[in-house]
Amino acid sequence: MTTARFWRDNATRYNLIATKCGNCGKVTFPPRNVCPVCHRKSMGKMEKIHLSGHGEVYSFSVVYDAPLAFEMQKPYVIAIIKMAEGVMLTAQIIDCECCEVAIGMKVKATLRKIGEEGPGGVIHYGYKFVPA
Amino acid sequence: MREVAIVGIGITKFGETWEMSFREIGIQAGLMAMQDAKLTAEDIDALYVGNMSAGRYIEQEHIAALIADYSGLARDHIPATRVEAAGASGGLAVRQAYMAVASGMHDIIVVGGAEKMTDVGDAASNAIQSSAADQQWESVFGATSPSLHAMIARRHMFQYGTTREQIAQVAVKNHRHGALNPNAQFQKEIDLKTVLRSGMVADPLGVFDCAPISDGAAAVILCPMDMARKYTDAPIRILASAQASDTLALHSRSDICTFEATKFAAMNAYRQAGIASKDVQIAEVHDDFTISEILAIEDLGFFEKGQGGKATEDGQTAIGGSIAINTSGGLKARGDPLGATGVAQIVELVQQLRGQAGKRQVGGAKYALAQNVGGTGATAVVHILGVQ
Repeated sequence: MTTARFWRDNATRYNLIATKCGNCGKVTFPPRNVCPVCHRKSMGKMEKIHLSGHGEVYSFSVVYDAPLAFEMQKPYVIAIIKMAEGVMLTAQIIDCECCEVAIGMKVKATLRKIGEEGPGGVIHYGYKFVPA
Repeated sequence: MREVAIVGIGITKFGETWEMSFREIGIQAGLMAMQDAKLTAEDIDALYVGNMSAGRYIEQEHIAALIADYSGLARDHIPATRVEAAGASGGLAVRQAYMAVASGMHDIIVVGGAEKMTDVGDAASNAIQSSAADQQWESVFGATSPSLHAMIARRHMFQYGTTREQIAQVAVKNHRHGALNPNAQFQKEIDLKTVLRSGMVADPLGVFDCAPISDGAAAVILCPMDMARKYTDAPIRILASAQASDTLALHSRSDICTFEATKFAAMNAYRQAGIASKDVQIAEVHDDFTISEILAIEDLGFFEKGQGGKATEDGQTAIGGSIAINTSGGLKARGDPLGATGVAQIVELVQQLRGQAGKRQVGGAKYALAQNVGGTGATAVVHILGVQ
């Protein structure tokens, strides 16, 4: 992924910024301009909020056949996390054994290296999750 | 709207066809379909081509004009259009052509679907396939197409008690069907142990839970029903064509064990055809992963939500069962050249309804359904075919 394409979303990846609809209160992540429930009524009312970083595992997989960029990490745990605010996101779970991960496990967000653009390239950071 | 018929079909052998280029496989399928309908180049009004990613697989964009050109149609200057919706590109191309014929815009249309996946290595191919997911919010964190489907599988097991063995039975059944299909990539039966012991790709899914990387092409000819007898004695009617979309990222759904796009497309298709799910005797569904077939047969209404695994294990979805699912071998055994898959599904159903399916023929079928999916269900296309 090119530097600008990643950099553009850094604020969200570093700080878990979501949007809350000023009309119905639904939280969306990543931030959206339009609420998928309220449509036009939500325009101009999408308020940026910080997610608490706490959540639980909704589902997960252990990746053995990894893309080139993740070759050094395999096997790794990828999961859909249900955040305390109700919204879900996809992230890795780290700092535990693969076999310890289970649906319903409590996790919290941490900032880690996500990847890099080649050996001399820019390093990308973002959220991963650890057992809470 | 005009009634639309399928009057010609063509399909290449699926697999690793290193000796043939993208344009060669595309043209082979198209010419077979034209021959089947006894068409000449002058008859053709338009070409639609389903293709997911020629730009990344063979570094060639602009492939609709390319296929028209190498099919010998350059001097006829017909409109040639590429259609893309990841793995649903082929089904969507059929739907675009259906709408063009139904509307009266065109009479005779060739719809092709083609993908040449083996010109790049496995890692590159997997990365291209995973680009159907949300690059910014799924793939960048290490999610792959198999791991997204593995998360669906794990959640389905958690919510409904579906077993690993039941999921694996999809591969066993589809390989059994594929063994009866001379165009299938894998024509060899496998047993449950083989699936369960295969190398892990994304836990709980192993190699034998995943459709292979394939080259291949398929084509169908559409025309108005009232012209169909000119080209064939056995026109197959398109009774319904429906399409729906959903969130691109799997995590944006409240429930990942249902593909709402499939449900919506199916609901609209059943309404258009004037039939119910129980009237369907044959279906080609999008088993890019074993778990996908279980979701499909539930979301299409063939079985209750949560019962798809058990129905598969009980043999209800095999040829001879209550509904024959993926008689071609499905994506798992026939192969899954992305853009070709949705068109290949239609080819299989036409062969079945014409009674030309050889050893895998299902007797007496009146209604047949195809379900083609892009990514983790962000696009679903459903067609229902019937005998004239």
